Amino acid sequence: MTDKNETSTEVAGSGENAIANKEIEGLSQGQLVRKRFVRHRGAMIALVTLIFIVLFTYSASGLHLGTEKQPISIPGWWHYGITDLSDLRYGDGVCDDGATGCPTLQLNPFAPEFGLGDHPFGQDDIGRDYFALVMRGTEQSIMVMLIIGGMGGIIGTVVGAIAGYFRGRLDGFLMRLTDLIITIPAIIIGAVIGYKVGNLGVVVLGLYLGLFSWTGLARLVRGEFLSLREREFVDAARVAGASNKRIIFKHILPNAVGIIIVSVTLSMSGAILLETGLSFLGFGVVAPDVSLGSLISTYQDSFATRPWLFWWPGLFIISIALCINFIGDGLRDAFDPRQRRRITKKDRQRAVTAGN
Amino acid sequence: MLTYLSRRIAQLLVILLASSFFVYNLEAIAGDPLEEIKLSSDPKKFQTMQALIRQLDLNTPPPIRFFKWLGGIVSGLWGNLQMGDARTGQSVAEAIGNAIPTTIRLVLAATILAIVLGITIGVITALRQYSRFDYAVTFVSFLFFSLPIFWVAVLLKQYLSIGFNDWLANPVIDPVWLIGIGIVSAIFWAGVIGGDLRRIAIVSASAFSSSTLLLWALSSIDWFRNPVLGPVFIGVAGLATALLITTASTGLANKPARNASITMVLVGLAIYYPIQQVLTKNVNGWILVGLAVATVIVGLIAGFLWAKEDRAPVMRTSTITAVVIAGMILLDRLMQEWNVYVANDFVSYRPIPTIGQTNDMIALQLDEEPDFWLGSLDSALHIILPTIALTIISFAGYVRYTRGNLLEVLNMDYIRTARAKGLTERTVIMRHAFRNSLIPLTTLMAWDFAGILGGAIITESVFGWTGMGTLFRVAIVSFDLNLLMGTFIITATLAVSANLISDLLYSALDPRIRVGTGE
Repeated sequence: MTDKNETSTEVAGSGENAIANKEIEGLSQGQLVRKRFVRHRGAMIALVTLIFIVLFTYSASGLHLGTEKQPISIPGWWHYGITDLSDLRYGDGVCDDGATGCPTLQLNPFAPEFGLGDHPFGQDDIGRDYFALVMRGTEQSIMVMLIIGGMGGIIGTVVGAIAGYFRGRLDGFLMRLTDLIITIPAIIIGAVIGYKVGNLGVVVLGLYLGLFSWTGLARLVRGEFLSLREREFVDAARVAGASNKRIIFKHILPNAVGIIIVSVTLSMSGAILLETGLSFLGFGVVAPDVSLGSLISTYQDSFATRPWLFWWPGLFIISIALCINFIGDGLRDAFDPRQRRRITKKDRQRAVTAGN
Repeated sequence: MLTYLSRRIAQLLVILLASSFFVYNLEAIAGDPLEEIKLSSDPKKFQTMQALIRQLDLNTPPPIRFFKWLGGIVSGLWGNLQMGDARTGQSVAEAIGNAIPTTIRLVLAATILAIVLGITIGVITALRQYSRFDYAVTFVSFLFFSLPIFWVAVLLKQYLSIGFNDWLANPVIDPVWLIGIGIVSAIFWAGVIGGDLRRIAIVSASAFSSSTLLLWALSSIDWFRNPVLGPVFIGVAGLATALLITTASTGLANKPARNASITMVLVGLAIYYPIQQVLTKNVNGWILVGLAVATVIVGLIAGFLWAKEDRAPVMRTSTITAVVIAGMILLDRLMQEWNVYVANDFVSYRPIPTIGQTNDMIALQLDEEPDFWLGSLDSALHIILPTIALTIISFAGYVRYTRGNLLEVLNMDYIRTARAKGLTERTVIMRHAFRNSLIPLTTLMAWDFAGILGGAIITESVFGWTGMGTLFRVAIVSFDLNLLMGTFIITATLAVSANLISDLLYSALDPRIRVGTGE
């Protein structure tokens, strides 16, 4: 932590430094990070949006685990399931331009049919409720994303920490293993695995994909450990008789946690794109289960006549990935010790009045 | 250095061996190539199965089969490469040989475009840090980061291809669109140029009026129905680019550089009509390569003659200008073919295709009656949509990366020194900051170029191209091990080589980093 706090110990000079230092006086690292993150407007909006999307999806769709033969499911509040068939809406006065299964969502608060309606996102070819399908797809995609991110984070941290801390042969072996896995493009692994285990449910798919998505983080953590283990506070801990385990977990890891969190967050937006891409190609989540990618793949040709079948799944993928990217950016700024807020005119004014 | 290199290469070979063994067995475990036949109701299915078992050598266990396959690859060292046959009976080497040019064609333009645009915009945002423009670009690049390529592709097909083709039937720009495009360009240029309120007002007003007027003029002379550049456009646009390149490269105060690049524009105009006699239907690749070399030589000579001293920057400036002008002339020649192309029976005034790598019917026509430009235009139009899709996806990464690097470099002490010496801002930015910020970018570029051959699986699938990505997909679905391994070994070799090359480049560009002195 030595140089991270340098800015506050440095003699508070005049002007901007003084204003900036005033703000971080007497705060712990965690408090500083939290404070900086909360101040990042984009990241906060993204966080709120993401929490809303996750809660909305899981409450509407419920939770579906297990395989097709042994499903484990908790239903949500939405009254249609993904296999329920209902009468296809069509005809004059119901759907425009002779389309079938048009959406009933009405956002205009003055219209008589304002609200969700029976099929807010419309219906697919055979009359299944598209809202239920999109919610299930989002549920699956979020689940895969979290599992890949979590698995990648844990394995990457452990491998990187061991390699960087113990160095030597172990490091050589682990890094060659990392090189080996980096060589294999993610999409091939995903395709082979997805083809084999896609029908075992999303959890298994996510776990397998997670087994191969830790390489970038492992390299990053290793680099960080290599430099941190040479620092004085590690020597101090070792002299004081701390075990390797204690040094790794209590002394080095807390200093590397910033890059880990940021990298895992950003990898999750990659994970959702990987999963939807695989499902789009038919390798990930397979029918009868649905994913956002497989929905787009199925209905891409309907775009001209029934665009809602295409827009809704895409909108959810993009919102989730975008929110995660913004959160990751906010976290990176928050954990960056060099990061300082811009000193605005208002701050200057406030500092002057406070000084008087 | 030599020991370092040989050690690295030995490591790479071991990694390649291990990863191909891994992938081979993974795919062999993943599924049964006979599954489809077993499920069929074909009365002769037993014979088909036997034949396939013999053809694919399925009675040998996969790990041993891998070494047989490896033997074929290793014998490539003495010129007897055996990649085996695909399930269809086609030789894998041949399939890959056909796929590689397609994939390169698909991805190369997009990668270069993404690099150039991304770096340019990244530099501008770094110089305008925390401005509204910076925030807007940040938002847009995050948005691009989050877009699934298959989704972008469908949108492009709908609006850029079908929508544009519909519009082309009656190419008149709606006044609403005119004003909308004008406002967008006003906001963009005001953001890029920045400055105080007065300057922003001037810049946005001129951007608005010039873009609206230009579009209106083009629309009223029916340019969209009959698009050519012509010598007038090449002259005006060439002059503007010449000045822009000089500004970025040496600064306008450098008279020889300015004069040399203006000379290049004049030379371009002078040879505009004569060169049309060379660029006929029967022109071939070699002539074009020759012309490209000639362009570079002319550029170098012009720079050499204009500059009395300090020749290198002047020669650089004039050469870049010469290449750009030559590109314009080439583009102009291509566009002269437009009317013939759209009137073709198989195009029938819908020039932007949604799918495919060439128009098959036109390809047949060209077999009978070769026309270099018609064929090139056909390929160029087919490449537009995938290129835009791929550019959008990878552009964002370059913007963010360049911005971050440049900001880091701008905080360095040597930048302060350069400013303190009294160097102009242009020299500080372009020579001291920008060049150094490019060093970490080489890593990204090396990886991107390696990813070219394997990375476009989804794009190829959406746009119906048969490149390396399609081979991969087909191989995985049909459990075609020879085909899969053939494509894999090429992609993997490129990936590990890119890793090595980026390390070497890094140490070559940044003398603080030395390789080979122990890890």
